[in-house]
Amino acid sequence: MLRSVSEEHGNIAIGKSLKEINADAPFDTGLEYGCPARGTWNIVHTGFLVPECHEVFVCAANCLRGVVLTAAEMGTIGQFSTVTIKENNVLDGNMEELLIDGVTSIIKKLKKKPRAILVYTSCIHHFMALDLDLCYKTLRKRFPKIKFTDCYMNPIMRKSGMTPDELMRRQLYSLIDKTDKKDNGINIFGNNYATDESSDLVRLIRSSKYKLRDITYCRTFDEYEEMGKSRFNIAYLGVAKKGLYDISNKLDQEAIFIPISYDPNTIKSYLKTLADTINVDINKFDFKEDEALTKLKEAKKVIGNTAIAIDYTFTPATLSLAKLLLDYDFNVKKIYIDSIGEKDILDEIKKKYSDRDIMFYPTVNVAMRKNDREQSEKYLALGQKAAYFTDTNYFVNEVECGGHYGFDGIKRLAENMIEANSKEKDASILIQKKGLGCNCLL
Amino acid sequence: MRQIQTFTSTYTADVSGVPSALYELGGMSIMHDASGCNSTYNTHDEPRYYDSKSMVFITGLSEMEAIMGDDQKLVNDIIKAAKELKPRFIAIAGTPIPMITGCDIEANARVIESETKIPTFGINTNGMHSYVEGAGEALLHYAKAFVKKNIKKKSNSVNILGATPIDFSVNGQIESIKKFLESNGIKVISNFALGCDIDEMANAGEASVNLVVSSVGIKIAEYLQNEFNTPYIVGVPYGNQMKQDLIKAIVGASFATPSFISDIGNKFKNEKIYIIGESVTSKSLARYIYNKYGHTAKVISAVELGNTYHGDIVKNLNVRDNVALEKFDLHIEDEDNIAEAIKDAKMVIADPLYRPIVPSKAIFVNHPHEGFSGRLFRKNILNLIDIL
Repeated sequence: MLRSVSEEHGNIAIGKSLKEINADAPFDTGLEYGCPARGTWNIVHTGFLVPECHEVFVCAANCLRGVVLTAAEMGTIGQFSTVTIKENNVLDGNMEELLIDGVTSIIKKLKKKPRAILVYTSCIHHFMALDLDLCYKTLRKRFPKIKFTDCYMNPIMRKSGMTPDELMRRQLYSLIDKTDKKDNGINIFGNNYATDESSDLVRLIRSSKYKLRDITYCRTFDEYEEMGKSRFNIAYLGVAKKGLYDISNKLDQEAIFIPISYDPNTIKSYLKTLADTINVDINKFDFKEDEALTKLKEAKKVIGNTAIAIDYTFTPATLSLAKLLLDYDFNVKKIYIDSIGEKDILDEIKKKYSDRDIMFYPTVNVAMRKNDREQSEKYLALGQKAAYFTDTNYFVNEVECGGHYGFDGIKRLAENMIEANSKEKDASILIQKKGLGCNCLL
Repeated sequence: MRQIQTFTSTYTADVSGVPSALYELGGMSIMHDASGCNSTYNTHDEPRYYDSKSMVFITGLSEMEAIMGDDQKLVNDIIKAAKELKPRFIAIAGTPIPMITGCDIEANARVIESETKIPTFGINTNGMHSYVEGAGEALLHYAKAFVKKNIKKKSNSVNILGATPIDFSVNGQIESIKKFLESNGIKVISNFALGCDIDEMANAGEASVNLVVSSVGIKIAEYLQNEFNTPYIVGVPYGNQMKQDLIKAIVGASFATPSFISDIGNKFKNEKIYIIGESVTSKSLARYIYNKYGHTAKVISAVELGNTYHGDIVKNLNVRDNVALEKFDLHIEDEDNIAEAIKDAKMVIADPLYRPIVPSKAIFVNHPHEGFSGRLFRKNILNLIDIL
């Protein structure tokens, strides 16, 4: 079995080959390392998708530091406030009082009152059994013109129940009221990025009688609230799935989950499901499949046998993407992924490409800090973490699939790979910026 | 109301102060935390992170581990990582949830040290104090473990104590202090701990005097004073006058040495000039302004003072002469109280993120501080040792 040069030079052999990798327990757990790729959005970035809102975080100082500077770096510190928990609050048990009085005091000082306030509580509230109902009931009574919702910065729950990211995608829509006055609206649900206008998904919806809504389009709180009128919610990111069903149920909307995939048949199947639901004749719809796959072949010609690394932040369908690239004979060599949800696809790759030298690596294992990043050959990376770990400036700088979907997504991927393969970027500058696509004052 | 920041930022917390202080020393710093502390630290508090291999990790504490009090996982994970990575020492810093569940960080450290034979410090941070506490404690633990005893003193020599990027960024300020001292015949034995050398740090007991350049250095200075009978002086030399004063102070240092920055005393006139920030660097800047322009500025220390006192507002300060603040200065950690204190300001010198609470009529002088605004204004942080 071939190993990377870095592993030959005394680094810790943390990588697993395609043969060795097991979807149920891919890597040992233990202490965790955080690589300096910061493009994925956090709960501050996502919260600010609600127009005309103000965010208030209630936590200990160390938890506040990262979020307040997220807001400062994206130029929204004027819509951001904090309440600091200290030891005396823990000992006195006055956490409710601190939250209520803190938020009240903040609101009184804001010259322009926000339409909505997202109040983020933290792990400490969870353990101290904060009476959230009392807090929100009191705040709503005090400020009837402002809408409040509960958001959470409780990473201690990331291994049990809904993760903070899943919760955020749900709570993002919790300020929308249920209405019986439904119209021909369809919401794309749970995305940080607007889905491309050229994507199969958006084209399909635009070709129907339905009006497309998306939180990323909303510039006013009124527009945001209008999402309650839509009949359908469509999500394609796994992290949005739980919220999709909860919110659709609450708002009496129909939920459609069509997860992102890079498999042509799966893409067509999901789009057919959607087309049937919104009464579009799928046989008359041009998927532009040939265009996309031709572009992918062109990318292969240009990129040739250059080694390719992919990380899980690039797209949630990491292994589906890897399989597509393998199917088109790209030299996929490294996959950075901490847990594997696409078990069936991994099995397919194992069956079909057992002879290929594909290595899997965790991103949080402490060995990843120690091991050399320098590679003995050029790498084209798909994703920021892959770029960091392979120490390459040839990379596609996207996270969370960047709003691409379907065959159009494949076409854009191919175009981006061709460009990234020939033009170096400064990874050390680009990947350290938080919230790719948000304003950044750095 | 106290404990709220409606418009401004918050300071680097104690838990980030620990790895910051120990970053260059070959150890493994572990934050006993679920998630978030690591990214906060390595994004906003640590400019050296991208290219270096310093070992800073989190335990990834989960809900069930916290509820069940599963310290064994913490111990096992650290031992396993230590066996792979072979650090010189291990430092474990606590966060809010371990504090609530009563996790005995120090006991766990002893278990790990016993098993690995690697010096291990349990540092009782809880994420509710500023970096001054965490970094100060970390340097203190390090000194106790690694500074050699029974060492002969060298005259006209110093250690520089309390240097971290949180107060000094990475623009060469500590190196400038070192060059200035050595060009004036003062030997710099060691620097704790920015651009430092671990062999030199082991000889810190040789110094005839310790120079505390931020409140982070006060705890270790007190330790070295007790252990090696080494007096310490407090301040950062901005401008020629202070540089000359510093040399005189070092050469003639004794336990009665007056501070070279905190002697405005009765000359203080309330000119409504305020400097907000960390006490030692801010007080040093106030002294420079007095030397250069004859104006007296009031310092508002917005973080702990670095000694054993914890409090929000110190009135009638009764601190030792060699701790930075004077009686007319203030120690205020809350936005509302700071805003109240500066409401009559004619000039405010502070980090740009304080701007929203500064009266519009006041002149505002940007003085970026990584401890407050992180990397946001890093490019604008000046090497004041060289340019003043």
